Amino acid sequence: MPTRIQKEARKDTLLLNMGPSHPAMHGTIRLMVELDGEKILNSEVEVGYLHRGFEKICEDRTYFNLLPYTDRLNYVSPLINNLGYVMTIEKMLGIEVPEKAQYIRVIMSELSRISDHLTCLAAMAMECGAFTVFLYKVKAREFIWDVIEETTGARMTTSYIRIGGVRADIHPSWKDSLQKAVVETRKVLKDVDGLLSKNKIFLNRTRDIAVMTPEEAISYGWTGPCLRSTGVYYDVRKAHPYLVYDKLDWEVPLGERGDNFDRYYVRMKEMEQSLCIIEQAAKKMPKSKGPPSLMAEGIEPARAIKSSRKKRVEERIKLSPNLEGSERAVYKEILTDDKRYIIPPKESTYTSIEGIINHFKFFMKGHGIRPPKGEVYFSVEGGNGELGFYVVSDGTDKPYRLHLRGPCFHIVSAMESLIQGRYVADVIPTFGSFNMIGGELDR
Amino acid sequence: MEEKKVIELLKKKFLGKIKDVSAPLGDETIVIESDSLLAVCSFLKSRTYDYNMLLDLTCVDYIGEEPRFEMVYHLFSIPKNHRFRIKTRLSEKDLSIDSLTSLWKNANWLEREVYDMFGVNFKGHPELTRLFMYDGFEGHPLRKDYPLRKRQPRIPLKE
Repeated sequence: MPTRIQKEARKDTLLLNMGPSHPAMHGTIRLMVELDGEKILNSEVEVGYLHRGFEKICEDRTYFNLLPYTDRLNYVSPLINNLGYVMTIEKMLGIEVPEKAQYIRVIMSELSRISDHLTCLAAMAMECGAFTVFLYKVKAREFIWDVIEETTGARMTTSYIRIGGVRADIHPSWKDSLQKAVVETRKVLKDVDGLLSKNKIFLNRTRDIAVMTPEEAISYGWTGPCLRSTGVYYDVRKAHPYLVYDKLDWEVPLGERGDNFDRYYVRMKEMEQSLCIIEQAAKKMPKSKGPPSLMAEGIEPARAIKSSRKKRVEERIKLSPNLEGSERAVYKEILTDDKRYIIPPKESTYTSIEGIINHFKFFMKGHGIRPPKGEVYFSVEGGNGELGFYVVSDGTDKPYRLHLRGPCFHIVSAMESLIQGRYVADVIPTFGSFNMIGGELDR
Repeated sequence: MEEKKVIELLKKKFLGKIKDVSAPLGDETIVIESDSLLAVCSFLKSRTYDYNMLLDLTCVDYIGEEPRFEMVYHLFSIPKNHRFRIKTRLSEKDLSIDSLTSLWKNANWLEREVYDMFGVNFKGHPELTRLFMYDGFEGHPLRKDYPLRKRQPRIPLKE
């Protein structure tokens, strides 16, 4: 079946197909352009090449089990996706999260935001020919992912933020690695600013190209850095403060013209603000009361199980390194104390009857987390803008319907109107400045 | 409370069209008749009330209930910093509702997605085609009666 553009194209023009697998189309997205010479007369964006049926799968998984799927939405900042989903369910259940967990969540989501912006700008710069910038930014991103990996155990598919808190306490040596990441990222930001912000080649390709007016941006439902580049002051972290963002001192950078350059520049400024937030949160984070949680030393598990038949085991038990940071002693600092919504500590599961009942009640089919009937909408500020979850619960342990408001979706839907009348070469920086993420757009 | 005032005005202006007003978990929600959607939305979008952004638009399939489908709209006002949810039910026999493309531009893709996933027809939509699934895909995957693991035969490649 011919598509709209194939039907409407003039006889004397050229139809050019970009994508779905094209180095400049970051994910898999297809762009058909109708060209008169180098000029774009019309275009058509075709999405859906990465559609995995996220919403349908979620209807078949329990509230706890669907968390790993949220990692794969915006795969450059998985921790923010975890946070958005988890906080939606927490709003439904009315869970209070311990203060330390809130600070960990803030640090993790800001680190993710920086890695998201770095990836977007690195790719954008590379496509404009600035390969050095790409390497610098990817280097900075590695330092950030080191911090994330140290605590969560994974670089991208983290599943770290859990309903009720976080999976494990922050790593004992987090301060050093975080300090290193902050210093290195600052350095890279300074270098990149020097390389790009006054670079004539870069400016020629981005200044006053694909200009978005504030009214248009709002009409397209733009949020996040792209909306702020047009000068509209809206940030979910300021408008509907969640976690401890209202206790920290930071600013919302705004652009003026809403062109490609402003979208680049707002992201650069936002990373600096994120670094400020991280530093403040690291200072304000409550000190750990439990023992330093590196490779728990204690009695052998077999001995503990044996002695649990006679009396309750109170000593520390040697755990698998996979459970580093989630020992019983630190549980109350990182997770809510409501036993209905969290997995019991592994020590309790293996050595006490309450623990094992708790464990089974959590994982058994038809039990587990069962929010009351009703529906909820909650959003957090993701890397690209307002990341919202709309969840309908029917009182069972699986969501009746889960809908994601992906910020990319709204931004990419404006692509056609932004490149109309421009040249082929303008498609590349415009597309780069959107930060299109296939996982979040196609779901 | 300004939001309360808006709801009172809505009730007065659209007499009998507003079926229910509630605020579950703090989210202001109104349930309306499906034929008054466009009028209610343009009323809320007007300068005085300034709900200028269509935050989200989706559908929920309540299989076994009548009317079966529920459209859910989230409006947002940047100046007032307030969200508003509008819900309306559609029956399976007459599965169509007014398109909001004349008010908001992102309604275009959002409605195409709902058409693709649920088969809801939007009256006045300029180009109502599938968004995520391909041409030739049969059925609407997010409906509750579409099996989770159903496979469809591969379509031949385009020349």
